[in-house]
Amino acid sequence: MSTLAEKVNLLKSAFPKLIVEHTEFRGQTTLVINSGSDLLKICHFLKHQLGFEMLLDLTAVDNLETSPRWMLVYHLWNIKENCMLRLRISTNEDPPTFPTVSHIWPASNWLEREVYDMFGIRFQGHPDLRRILMWDEYPWHPMRKDFPLAGRSWQGSNGLFTEPAPLEGGPFHILPGHHPSEPRAHPQQ
Amino acid sequence: MRLLFRTEYSLCVNKMQRSCKAGTGIYDGTVLLTRLEALINWFRKYSIWPLPAGTSCCAIELMASGGARFDLARFGSEIMRFSPRQADVMIVAGTVTYKMAPIIKTLYEQMTEPKWVIAMGACACTGGMFRSYSVLQGVDRIIPVDLYIAGCPPRPEAILQALIQLQQKIQTQPLFRRQIES
Repeated sequence: MSTLAEKVNLLKSAFPKLIVEHTEFRGQTTLVINSGSDLLKICHFLKHQLGFEMLLDLTAVDNLETSPRWMLVYHLWNIKENCMLRLRISTNEDPPTFPTVSHIWPASNWLEREVYDMFGIRFQGHPDLRRILMWDEYPWHPMRKDFPLAGRSWQGSNGLFTEPAPLEGGPFHILPGHHPSEPRAHPQQ
Repeated sequence: MRLLFRTEYSLCVNKMQRSCKAGTGIYDGTVLLTRLEALINWFRKYSIWPLPAGTSCCAIELMASGGARFDLARFGSEIMRFSPRQADVMIVAGTVTYKMAPIIKTLYEQMTEPKWVIAMGACACTGGMFRSYSVLQGVDRIIPVDLYIAGCPPRPEAILQALIQLQQKIQTQPLFRRQIES
């Protein structure tokens, strides 16, 4: 048994150069991993040495117009000792690519498919990297910040189609706030 | 046996009286005179079997209206049919995503004539609050809709009212006209 802080120190001593940032916020610990480092070794160590056996969530953030653009977030949970750890890793590749962790935490299989579907982030070594929410033919990755919230016009086979649905004119039309963090909600030019 | 159709009643009685007077027909209370169209539509409107095409939370209200408290069966919609080939009215209950749209269309095409469609709830009518890249903005973009039920979700009473209005529509529509052309 060891506390979360001791676990983090163990991790830091095992991978001294790979952890570039360590923040605490409201009792939650976030570790930022050096981009381009060996993510798999860290994940393997976290699961088998430090007991983070459960992958709670895996998601991505699109920081459009900043560098690096893509950030991947792992939420890990130690079941026996009730502690959570958040990992972040970034990349600026195009297309963005990360190694898969699906052989370490099988729960990440569908989560990685969702991230691929929504953000277009590739996972090297994933056993079945297909879209999971949108259909296979769909040509875009809709959670990217440069994809309009209303969608785009598209015609596919088998009667599949999409049409843009801008907020203006809709039955529940309200004026979106003009906060710069969500540019996609503003009227399309 | 005495079947009386509200729209055809006076016609029946006039014809019966005339035939009795002329001595060409027998009227002893067992004869029914009506138009075939009215009769068949009367049969149809009291045996509308719904296909519950439930795609989200509206389907819960649809189940409630099929249950004992509200009881769709009182109006002849005796049982939900989960095969489109046995159903007469498709109740699209819920959000239809673009991914689901071809499936809904296939279900509609698999139903045998005559067939009707009820769009239940804001999402099936207009896309509702989901103005986004993934949601079909109203099921009437892919299939013809006979009745729209407003609400998010509608109460079971609204579903019953829609069913009764559909019965009125069926009673007044021509027999052999396809739904698509109307």
